[in-house]
Amino acid sequence: MAEITGRDLIAYRTARFFEDGDLVNLGIGMPTKCLDFLPEGVDVWIDTENGAIGLSGPPAEDEWTDPDVVDASGAVSKLREGGCCFDSFTSFGYIRGGHVAATVLGAYEVDQEGNLANWMVPGRTIAGMGGAMDLVAGARKVLIMTDHCDKKGNPKILKKCTLPLTAAKEVDYIITELAVLHQTPNGLVLEELAPGVSVEEVVSKTAAELVIPAEIKSMI
Amino acid sequence: MAKSKVVSLEEAVKNVHDGQTVLIPGFVNVGVPEALIKGVIDKGIKEINVISNNTSVKGRGIGLLVHDHLIKHLTCSHIGSNTETVEQAVSGEIDVTFVPQGTLCERVRAGGAGIGGILTPTGLGTPIAEGKEVITVDGKEFLLEKPLRGDVALIHAWKADKLGNVVYHRTARNFNQIWATAADWVIVEAEEVVEIGQLDPDQIMTPGALVDQVVDIGGIK
Repeated sequence: MAEITGRDLIAYRTARFFEDGDLVNLGIGMPTKCLDFLPEGVDVWIDTENGAIGLSGPPAEDEWTDPDVVDASGAVSKLREGGCCFDSFTSFGYIRGGHVAATVLGAYEVDQEGNLANWMVPGRTIAGMGGAMDLVAGARKVLIMTDHCDKKGNPKILKKCTLPLTAAKEVDYIITELAVLHQTPNGLVLEELAPGVSVEEVVSKTAAELVIPAEIKSMI
Repeated sequence: MAKSKVVSLEEAVKNVHDGQTVLIPGFVNVGVPEALIKGVIDKGIKEINVISNNTSVKGRGIGLLVHDHLIKHLTCSHIGSNTETVEQAVSGEIDVTFVPQGTLCERVRAGGAGIGGILTPTGLGTPIAEGKEVITVDGKEFLLEKPLRGDVALIHAWKADKLGNVVYHRTARNFNQIWATAADWVIVEAEEVVEIGQLDPDQIMTPGALVDQVVDIGGIK
């Protein structure tokens, strides 16, 4: 197998947080990539906030699907056998009630206290939070998939978020192309490194204070 | 003999007036009562307050109301899918109040269920919590979120019988089921209208008792 790097590595590692049979919610964009890297023997049920469990991705080009089955971006999707549909109240009820094993989202900023900002950049984006605040507050595990730094090379993992928060103290793991960081009562722990990446490199690209344990595992 | 609630589109939209608060369901373009929206626009209406999850996309569904500059205030969770809504929000033409999607569901549900509000962990420690009461229950903090109601609800059904009993289809159900509980006047557009007695009572998702009028739109338009 060719070495997995970059965003593929982020998706590969994130998918290894899932257990067989888990109900998981994947944000639009990078998080859906996790499905390409599910470990052998792990089958997950995809939750979509707009009222379904069991979406199985877009149809093939010439394949008919029901136009009333859409994912959280509004794009048509297939519904697998055993899938089900319901109203938005039921959807957010079980999301908030802790019935979703993991929610996977991107971040503008995330900090060492487990705070997440991913819905608003004042003066620049005013799309709205959609279902993100409920998902982060309610899912049993909050997994953040993100490039370690922004496009200009500035750290996205900070001491304290500067943007309006999506949720306070809810993040569990941050998975980047360089490392896996675990939010614990003792602080943000550098638990795993990507192949060929040093502790020094991660520390230099992270604005948050990191707890560095004696033993650090590999992401692969 | 039970009385049919089926009326023409023109007759139904007579009940929607300038300045009212209108509950409109739908997720992006799915489950949006687009025929009723077009009917309301054709009748002529202005300065309405809309409570919806989002505003469809440009040129479709709720986006038609946006395009014609008919919305004064919008309560929703997301406008990112419609560039025209974003433009009008930035210019200040539409006053937008963002509510997290799950909280929006619960606030409208509370409005329809006679509950004085709900307590949710969603939004604690974020800008959404500003100015709201935090209530501690058994050592856990929650935000108090107040109920929302509308003057009118516009609902999109897959099937309705002539009494207004409704069945929704797949993810087009979304907000329809809740929105139908929380307005003084509830208008349903249905892709198919069937005779009374043809729907399985166990499959009915909105009881006809909550519905005032039914419009047969004869399929998805």
